Amino acid sequence: MKMRRVAVIGIGITEFGELWDASFRKLGIGAGLAAVEDAKISADQIDAMYVGNMSAGRFIRQEHVAALIADYSGLARDHIPATRVEAAGASGGLALRQGFLAVASGLHDIVVVGGAEKMTDVSDMESSMIQSSAADQEWETELGATFASLHALIATRHMHDYGTTREQLADVAVKNHRHGSLNPKAQFRREITRDVVLRSPIVASPLRMFDCAPSSDGAAAVVLCPLDAAKKYAETPVEITGSGQASDSLALHHRKDICTMAATKVAAERAFKMAGLSQKDVQVVEVHDNFTISEILAVEDMGFFPKGEGGKATEEGRTSLGGDVAVNTSGGLKARGDPIGATGVAQAVEIVTQLRGKADKRQVKDAAVGLAQNVGGTGATVVVHIFRRA
Amino acid sequence: MATAPRFWRENPSRYNLFGFKCNSCGRYNFPPRIICPVCRRKSVGKMEPVKLKGTGTIFSFTEVHEGMDEQNMQKPYIVAMVELDEGTKITGQVIDCDARDLSIGTKVRTTLRKLSEEGSAGVIHYGYKFIPICEGTKVAPQDE
Amino acid sequence: MYGEMIVMDGVGIVSYGAYVPHFRITPEEIGKVWGVDGKAMGKGLMITSKSVPAPDEDTITIAVEAARNMMRRCDVDPKDIGALYVGSESHPYAVKPSGTIVAEAIEAAPDLTVADFEFACKAGTAAMQACLGLVGSGMVKYAVAIGADTSQGAPGDALEYSASAGGAAFLIGKEKVIATVNRTYSYTTDTPDFWRREGQMFPRHGGRFTGEPAYFKHVVSGAKGMFERAGTTSKDYTYAVFHQPNGKFPTRVAKQLGFTEEQIRTGLLVPTIGNTYSGAVPLGLAGILDVAKPGDRIFAVAYGSGAGSDAFDISVTDEMARYKKDMAPKMGELLANPRFLDYATYAKYKGKIVKGRD
Repeated sequence: MKMRRVAVIGIGITEFGELWDASFRKLGIGAGLAAVEDAKISADQIDAMYVGNMSAGRFIRQEHVAALIADYSGLARDHIPATRVEAAGASGGLALRQGFLAVASGLHDIVVVGGAEKMTDVSDMESSMIQSSAADQEWETELGATFASLHALIATRHMHDYGTTREQLADVAVKNHRHGSLNPKAQFRREITRDVVLRSPIVASPLRMFDCAPSSDGAAAVVLCPLDAAKKYAETPVEITGSGQASDSLALHHRKDICTMAATKVAAERAFKMAGLSQKDVQVVEVHDNFTISEILAVEDMGFFPKGEGGKATEEGRTSLGGDVAVNTSGGLKARGDPIGATGVAQAVEIVTQLRGKADKRQVKDAAVGLAQNVGGTGATVVVHIFRRA
Repeated sequence: MATAPRFWRENPSRYNLFGFKCNSCGRYNFPPRIICPVCRRKSVGKMEPVKLKGTGTIFSFTEVHEGMDEQNMQKPYIVAMVELDEGTKITGQVIDCDARDLSIGTKVRTTLRKLSEEGSAGVIHYGYKFIPICEGTKVAPQDE
Repeated sequence: MYGEMIVMDGVGIVSYGAYVPHFRITPEEIGKVWGVDGKAMGKGLMITSKSVPAPDEDTITIAVEAARNMMRRCDVDPKDIGALYVGSESHPYAVKPSGTIVAEAIEAAPDLTVADFEFACKAGTAAMQACLGLVGSGMVKYAVAIGADTSQGAPGDALEYSASAGGAAFLIGKEKVIATVNRTYSYTTDTPDFWRREGQMFPRHGGRFTGEPAYFKHVVSGAKGMFERAGTTSKDYTYAVFHQPNGKFPTRVAKQLGFTEEQIRTGLLVPTIGNTYSGAVPLGLAGILDVAKPGDRIFAVAYGSGAGSDAFDISVTDEMARYKKDMAPKMGELLANPRFLDYATYAKYKGKIVKGRD
């Protein structure tokens, strides 16, 4: 297939956290402006915009958010096409893929991809209900399953089938907090111990509070352009060399094997194939650790470790900075934060930062290839992107 | 949270576990679908509504401490993925027992309970939940 | 004689099913909170525990489980059920019948008539009488009568020690009848011994007025009226079951009417499950049918405040020997493994704690 090669020339990201003073608009524009400045382009060069957002309609009673962001970025003045993309937690990654496809196809040259979510204006209960709509509303949520409980079902079974331990789950959170402490933009910047995780309140057994990513407000954005034009704008262009997307049954109970996210496996295979690369070529990875068990599944399902050994690998430090492959150097969803629609784009921002060599205290040595895995629901949508320092 | 028509529409499945059998591949599935997810168009005209027995075993379960409003009167409460005898899996609460009495493989059966209500003045929604079966309990004529 | 309620020959119970929630609370536990000697209270009422519905149970879920147990024991096609009535004083809706949900849950819908009955604790038996008439007249092939309740006792009130939850369902028909209803008779007056106004959460009662002029007058008159019309005495019956708001009343009235302790023992469930209101006589009858043999004769008198009694003269048939009782849990199994609650949990489950939000 004749596709142009695509590069990331600009990145921007806001603080993530409970940001009482920041409205959705402020967050979206903030990330976008930063990315555009980083790309050293002017606004009238932007051909199109894609915005990843899961549920502005329920969080802030606002739909039609791509138009909103285009308007408040001053881009509506030029009537650029602005598109909102939704796939629950994978909204950001999916928006990135739409941007990538737009440039790769030749239809657009310079595209801004953003992701934003404002989660904290509603009550915790309401927020939980909204997040649960990523699962099967009629046959999981209405029957009493919370989003966390579905991941707990995965964890319970994974522990049963593979002997993954409660401590190994905790190690995912401990590692990500350690990485997060090195990331000035992370929501949580304090290290924690295994004990802190194991003694935190139970959310849905075996998952405890520290096994779960927080609710957050925040936004992230990247600017894309054709690779052969990238040097004009970026000192270190980063190519999106692989993009893969896959779907699976919406309800967890319809999966072939609940301990494997088949969509992760397939999306990764597709991305690796497009990139002409394999796991051993990758030094740094951002995965969707909305729950600690999800990170374990991710590293197994993408083939970094054999099935069932993700927990052990984490325990042995093989996924830490300095390990075999550095997973979630940003702090992951757990420590960096998880404004749902923004997360997929924030992962891209971290990988690009790493590949540019600008990750400072959390820099992975000689990072040349990175990967970002973004999940919607309990694995019904997975988007994987592979990045290469150009 | 639900609304009356959206919930009412699913009553046959929520009250009586009506699913479907694909007569093209023989698989049972729940809830009902228009086409079989495996056979797709080959299943058109071959989908048969069928009432599942409601008996099965626990495939995985969890004790939920942070739940939604409707269930919080009984928190912590148990959510399980149950593998029904017909081979398909469904998700629901397990009641009238403690989590420590359950394990993967525990036999369960369905019963009708309140799922939620839309406030004290709103419609009450009923549907299936699971109860562990004690050894030797007869559940349905099909067991004979 | 007035009030002859002739039941057509051969009409009676084709199948039955019961259900009692498995949570319990003791009078001691309740008494602790109100500064009352709960143990003594329990002794006086002859109640050692009462059943408590879980927060996800109500009269409808209880009726459904009882009706499903009833259907499990017979081969009747639910679509042949022509009428279904649920009698209760704790229907979840003031307007919208419990019966429609039960009808859907046993797949009897849509070709049948449904309505809810109310007459304090005798709503279920009143429904039974209507079913006997519908079947006997040939109007319907099968009719279902259910008595079920999750009644409330006001916090700190005497009734709090006894008001409980449970129900039983009866399939009335003319074919493969396991127990014919030979005759039924009701005694009804306007007697305001116990009532609940629309919109009120808890019932109120007339204290000692609920005794002699209410329960005893109507149960005795109902029983004697039945004896007269059936030409029987207490000695003609194997079992007897009376409405049981506590253990003392039915024990006393049984003695008054000449029944022995042995005759009433099987049907007397109130000591362990409390007063299941519209479920009381239905559950007692179900408990008796669990062990009754062909040829046994059963005497039942339900009482509903307001006030009235429904009396039944029932004969167990040979068909009982072929009846698949074991296809659904019998009383012993239903009442096994109860789980006891403290008062706080009980109050939470029964909605007696005011919560901040709707």
